[in-house]
Amino acid sequence: MNIVSWLAEPFGYGFMTNALAITLAAAVVCSVLSCWLVLMGWSLMGDAISHAVLPGVALSYLVGVPFALGALVFGLGAVYLIGGLRSSTKLKGDTATGVVFTALFALGLALVSKIPSQVDLGHILFGNVLGAGPQELAVVLGLGGLTLATVLYLRKDLTLLAFDPVHAHAIGLNARTLNAVLLGLLALTVVASLQAIGIILVVALLITPGATAFLLTRRFGRMLVIAAALGTVSAVAGIYASYYLDLSTGASVVLAQALLFLAAYLFAPRNGVLVAGLRRRAAA
Amino acid sequence: MSASPPALAVGGLCVSYGTNTALDGVDFDLAQGELCGLIGVNGSGKSTLFKTVMGLEKPTRGTVLIFGMAPAEARRSGRITYVPQSEDVDWTFPVSVHDVVMMGRYGYMGRSRRPSSADRAAVAEALERVDLTGLAGRPIGELSGGQRKRAFVARGIAQNADLLLLDEPFAGVDIASERLISAQLTALAAAGRTVLISTHDLAGVPRLCTSAVLLHRRVLAAGPPAQVLTDANLALAFGGDPERREIA
Repeated sequence: MNIVSWLAEPFGYGFMTNALAITLAAAVVCSVLSCWLVLMGWSLMGDAISHAVLPGVALSYLVGVPFALGALVFGLGAVYLIGGLRSSTKLKGDTATGVVFTALFALGLALVSKIPSQVDLGHILFGNVLGAGPQELAVVLGLGGLTLATVLYLRKDLTLLAFDPVHAHAIGLNARTLNAVLLGLLALTVVASLQAIGIILVVALLITPGATAFLLTRRFGRMLVIAAALGTVSAVAGIYASYYLDLSTGASVVLAQALLFLAAYLFAPRNGVLVAGLRRRAAA
Repeated sequence: MSASPPALAVGGLCVSYGTNTALDGVDFDLAQGELCGLIGVNGSGKSTLFKTVMGLEKPTRGTVLIFGMAPAEARRSGRITYVPQSEDVDWTFPVSVHDVVMMGRYGYMGRSRRPSSADRAAVAEALERVDLTGLAGRPIGELSGGQRKRAFVARGIAQNADLLLLDEPFAGVDIASERLISAQLTALAAAGRTVLISTHDLAGVPRLCTSAVLLHRRVLAAGPPAQVLTDANLALAFGGDPERREIA
């Protein structure tokens, strides 16, 4: 079999093309967002939101509304509860986050086991992009497009907020509003990505590309471009792996990202562990 | 001369954290063009005073007025700037020196923060004044302690703010950078800007500052440095132990 037909074969199936489009869109939006999350120390916020949406998904089926709506309500609700818990107690951020998201995730599991529906828990937890249709694609493109447009428009302010919140405050920016916008977009992105990757692994998309790009550059603009490229490569690699190796798509995408991270960790031109070691040896 | 309002007027300012009183009735004014050293031991309330002036802490009582305005209004009109302590900055952050100084100009730009030619010119001039033009493209974390501080001073210059607050600007800074920063602060004050620096470098205050405020939860003394930095006052502020002045 020649390479062209090998590459083209999966997309003879409509559901594979659809899956590629959904995974690509989710991975690129998550990757761009991950650059700010990594720099702000918010890496695990994505994990918290993704787990917290489960009761929303279960209730959506019960009420008969699109699952994205219920998920979004609970995602934003979790952000609100975590913020409220932090400001009304002396608990540290990670503790407040941990208490809220585990409680909501457990509530979700309880609801799924009690509500009679066609909700397949496995599909929610691990994603089911191969079973997604044009409707799911529309959700990803809509929510993802909105998120991408907003963060790119506000990128200078978001970067300033991450780097020096006191200066942001000093020039009259409303840090609270900007934080809320970023968290709201994070919730949107998590919801948009659930279909492709599932609750458990979506956090990888929200951390690893930004972390990898951080190892590769000291320029924020380049970091955004590199992260988006890493998201694209891992989405494509993940789709091929799931087709030819019969692997879970979500797991394949995340593994591809982890391999890219490992490569950057070892071989990054400036700070790669192996490169630095060789340089030390050459200098000695 | 018309009665222009003081650059900074702090009146009866009290700030508490729970039962812990950080500031207890702080009163002082800074006239426009003053270069004032705020002196006190750790825990004397210097940082709390800065945060309250910046509007990051809410006073339990008392007022802060900046050029006669409420702090929020002064911030919105871009009249106040802050140079943070080194330990409060993430030096691994992927921004260049030029990016940092350009942040001083954001208040002049639209929401997408697209710099105009005036913004670029202001950044170039500010970088020139702190002698960092050749390092403008470097990541901020690759600079020395003194160069980093100069970059943040350049940001304040580029912002063209009327009131500059600098938290320990000479901590961890080499002699050449200290001289350069001192010269720029003196020039800013001469041009009518008002500068408030917190410092525990007592020896440097009479040389650099036109006034001093000695703080220990309250104002112990305020006025010309020679009148403030008397042995009696310093004994009050530093607990009577001259050895502790070094580590204050």
